Amino acid sequence: MGIRALIATRKGLFRLNQDKTLEPVDFLGVPVSMTLAAENRKYWYAALDHGHFGVKLHRSEDSGKSWQEINCPSYSGAESGDEKPKAFSLNLIWSLAYADDGPGDKLWAGTVPGGLFYSKDAGLSWHLNEYLWQKNIEQSWFGGGFDSAGIHSICVDPRDHNEVKIAVSCAGVWVTRDSGKSWKNCSKGMRAEYMPPDRAYDVTIQDPHLLVQCATNPDHLWVQHHNGIFKSSDNAASWQEVRDVEPSVFGFATAVHPRDPECAWFVPGVKDECRIPVDGKLVVTCTRDGGKSFEKLTAGLPQQPSYDLVFRHGLDIDKSGEQLLLGSTTGNLWLTENQGNHWQCLSTFLPPIYAVRFL
Amino acid sequence: MVKVIFTENLKRHIDCPPCEVEAASVAEALAKVFAAHPRLGSYILDDQGGLRKHVMVTVDNNLILDRESLSDPLDQNSEVYVLQALSGG
Repeated sequence: MGIRALIATRKGLFRLNQDKTLEPVDFLGVPVSMTLAAENRKYWYAALDHGHFGVKLHRSEDSGKSWQEINCPSYSGAESGDEKPKAFSLNLIWSLAYADDGPGDKLWAGTVPGGLFYSKDAGLSWHLNEYLWQKNIEQSWFGGGFDSAGIHSICVDPRDHNEVKIAVSCAGVWVTRDSGKSWKNCSKGMRAEYMPPDRAYDVTIQDPHLLVQCATNPDHLWVQHHNGIFKSSDNAASWQEVRDVEPSVFGFATAVHPRDPECAWFVPGVKDECRIPVDGKLVVTCTRDGGKSFEKLTAGLPQQPSYDLVFRHGLDIDKSGEQLLLGSTTGNLWLTENQGNHWQCLSTFLPPIYAVRFL
Repeated sequence: MVKVIFTENLKRHIDCPPCEVEAASVAEALAKVFAAHPRLGSYILDDQGGLRKHVMVTVDNNLILDRESLSDPLDQNSEVYVLQALSGG
């Protein structure tokens, strides 16, 4: 049976089959913070977060049947800029992305405490991106959700793989056009409510929760930010805030249609620390006109008191733009095959879900 | 010989049989064990070579004092236990 998607959870990695059945893949009992896989790739990856024994990375070369531990990014030797070096150590692999169209041996890894790593040999070796790391130290990037800053979004431009956009909690959106040799903060227009008013538009303190890029119209990007929704139509040169979205502009996840850049989905919740569905009703909001108007999608989602939170990687859209997967901290998993007009609950018994990823 | 024994909980993830080594400090003992089991080191030590936050090490039943450099001395027949701290959940 073919695999439709992988599900990374607090208690292991699971697969969603084409017939909509679910089964464990591996790592039962171990938190899987991120996974990276695609049908046409030789190399698949799963990042583990052992509570006691540190972060580990595993690779599969047989479509998830067997996994081998490989080397992890390391902060050994990372300069802190202080007279007394801080003991930086890898706390989490928060994002993984293939760096080109090859078999999957070239990849980016975004981590907590804020380092971006690159591997050109399928995880045999890793290199900390020095330019960004120095920006982290100089600008005192701070944590959003974790004690230290973290890189949770990596968008490799389909037109030119040397152009990469990342999003950092909390340091905004950064863009390189030379494969990481240099980077520029591209968060102009983002607004932070959680800072003193004079720093609200400071690009270095923005907290984008997730950055997504339209696959066939890559100048168009969406961000679910800590206190709002932002859209860019000029390849991240500027951002426009989308206001007055009911029931809330707070959330973590977003997805954009692969061919229609005006069409995007969000999963709102009660801000800030509360983080449950507004009025106990889980809804997905969808705009089809670039944020001018939003529709609440509720069919198949719990409208009685529910407490599902969808983490930033808990929503994904497939290549067709028809299917979306939605996984919550309550272990509920929903699939839609018609852009969210109806959601089918596939399980209510999974562990808390960290990430869902269509193949 | 110094005996180094790992928690049963670690065996679920990686091979870590009890080892006997000659060593005068915890750092030296662990370095010799990790030389024979290269992947094991990253489960016990962080990126800077210090003890992971939620790992405990005892020498002859006492918690070690130097969690950064692991300089605690060993006797010829010391027993070193590498344990999973309850603080990790």
